[in-house]
Amino acid sequence: MIRKPLFLLLLWLLATPALAEDLLMARIPMTFPEAMLKLQNVLKAHGQTLSRVQRVDIGLTSKGYKTDKYRVVFFGRLDEIREVAEKHPLLIPYVPHKIAIFAEEDETLIVAANPASLFPEKDPALQKFVRTWKADLEAIFHDMREE
Amino acid sequence: MRPFRPLLLILLLPLAGVAHAKDAQLERGEALFRQHCAACHGYDGMGGVGVPLALPDFQYSVTNKYLETTIRRGRPGRVMPAFKSLSDADVKAIVKYIRHWAPGKPYRYPVEPVRGDREHGKQLYAKHCAPCHGPNGEGGKGTGVTFSRPRDLPIIPPALNNPGFLAAASDQFIKATLMNGREGTPMVSFLKQGLSEQDINDLVVFVRAFEDHPLPVHQQPIETEQATIVYDSEYDFQTTINNLKDAAVGNNFIIIREQKLESGFVPPGQDNPKQHIIYFCNFGFLNKALAIDPRVGLFLPCRVTVVEKEGKVKVYAINPERLSRLFNNVELNRLCHEMNDTYVSIIEDATL
Ligand code: HEC
Ligand code: HEC
Repeated sequence: MIRKPLFLLLLWLLATPALAEDLLMARIPMTFPEAMLKLQNVLKAHGQTLSRVQRVDIGLTSKGYKTDKYRVVFFGRLDEIREVAEKHPLLIPYVPHKIAIFAEEDETLIVAANPASLFPEKDPALQKFVRTWKADLEAIFHDMREE
Repeated sequence: MRPFRPLLLILLLPLAGVAHAKDAQLERGEALFRQHCAACHGYDGMGGVGVPLALPDFQYSVTNKYLETTIRRGRPGRVMPAFKSLSDADVKAIVKYIRHWAPGKPYRYPVEPVRGDREHGKQLYAKHCAPCHGPNGEGGKGTGVTFSRPRDLPIIPPALNNPGFLAAASDQFIKATLMNGREGTPMVSFLKQGLSEQDINDLVVFVRAFEDHPLPVHQQPIETEQATIVYDSEYDFQTTINNLKDAAVGNNFIIIREQKLESGFVPPGQDNPKQHIIYFCNFGFLNKALAIDPRVGLFLPCRVTVVEKEGKVKVYAINPERLSRLFNNVELNRLCHEMNDTYVSIIEDATL
């Protein structure tokens, strides 16, 4: 009897739908290099290819501006990129997908745009693509939050 | 004795249930805070892109209603989103969790509005507050506590002309904030700074009056159509690329990288050569934008993509004005508007 509320609470926690936030953000309680490594592993585990890391901080400091670690990670799947070029050219500037990752002292923030906020268009094929993209991002953010 | 025991248990059970529900609420609050708030306010409530919430002076000065209204309304145009789809129980659970950082009774305010001389408040504001909170109460440049780059103040002063703030803050709360200040932040007690209680009342009346003149129109969130800017080029593929590079350089950008769309996904040389990306950057602009909102690096440096398909050459870019909507940051809207003009002028130079 006593256990039931706990069980219900657990169900409730699990069943809570993801909210429609325009930017997906997560704070990773790890230093930047650790979080970066974790992101690379999580992307791989989700079948994503990491195509490039843009070192925004290096660019800035080379020009004399002060900043802590700041990178943009590009990733995706070849079939998706080809599908975009073939069928959804409006998404071209948004592929490969991106996650910005930057240090806040000894923790790290990751940020990505919610594609559903950018592409509310009704076209069903586009919607399907955007849904998959969003689900992939949410799964990646979920895993990044896990200890 | 025997028959009493079950009775006792039955009597105690509801109590156990209450304690249990309380813990469950706190746990629920913690889970929700970690999911929705910690990215900006920190797991320890000490701030980040958002301001600190755990400081005792803050905790004792705010009512639960202030916290609830702030969660519901957010701070429009000042990064903090409005959490409209959380249930009332969720909001209460979050507030309970925020309270665990400084247990104790929060201050209770009298409900009467503060009366004072608005004109005198205006003069005092210009002298004592504008240097930090901005001449029109628009807040400092940037938000919260940012660890990643140099700043003048450890905590960026919040916007006071903000509808979310004004909806949450009662006159008496604003008054208490000015009387007492908040230890551990740049916001000091103005009583200790030598202002009288009447001066402070005048200031409260002036701050309240921000409600009468909402954010100037150019600061309202921008509504534009598509997330993508597309242009047909009148030139062939290679000429379009060359033109774009010339136009970017002509607009004070540095070309930082060129690559194919599929690069990194296929072995070198096997990518579609007719999908070309040019990245360009103005580091001064990038630095300014990141100081206002560190999240904006997601869309910088600039990028244009040239694609030839079925004999037609097109140029694609993000629409910065549309993107700025995702950030809920008026300060950024202005920069995005600037960026939009730059994209359009570079692409038009190159394609028309
Ligand atoms: C040195 C800079 C500085 C000055 C001067 C200053 N403030 Fe502040 N103020 C701050 C900061 C920083 C905060 C945020 C404190 C925190 O994070 O708890 C703040 C907070 C506040 C708040 C609470 C806002 C909120 O969102 O909770 C009010 C109201 C306020 N200030 C009003 C004023 C007024 C009116 C004056 C002039 C009499 C003034 N301040 C002068 C820096 C300043
Ligand atoms: C995207 C970043 C972000 C998120 C997410 C966010 N906030 Fe905020 N929050 C801010 C910023 C920035 C401010 C200060 C606004 C300003 O500078 O004008 C703020 C202000 C506040 C304030 C007012 C503090 C004061 O001094 O009066 C409270 C309370 C608050 N947030 C609670 C929350 C809670 C609870 C959540 C989660 C449900 C949350 N915030 C989510 C960025 C955020």
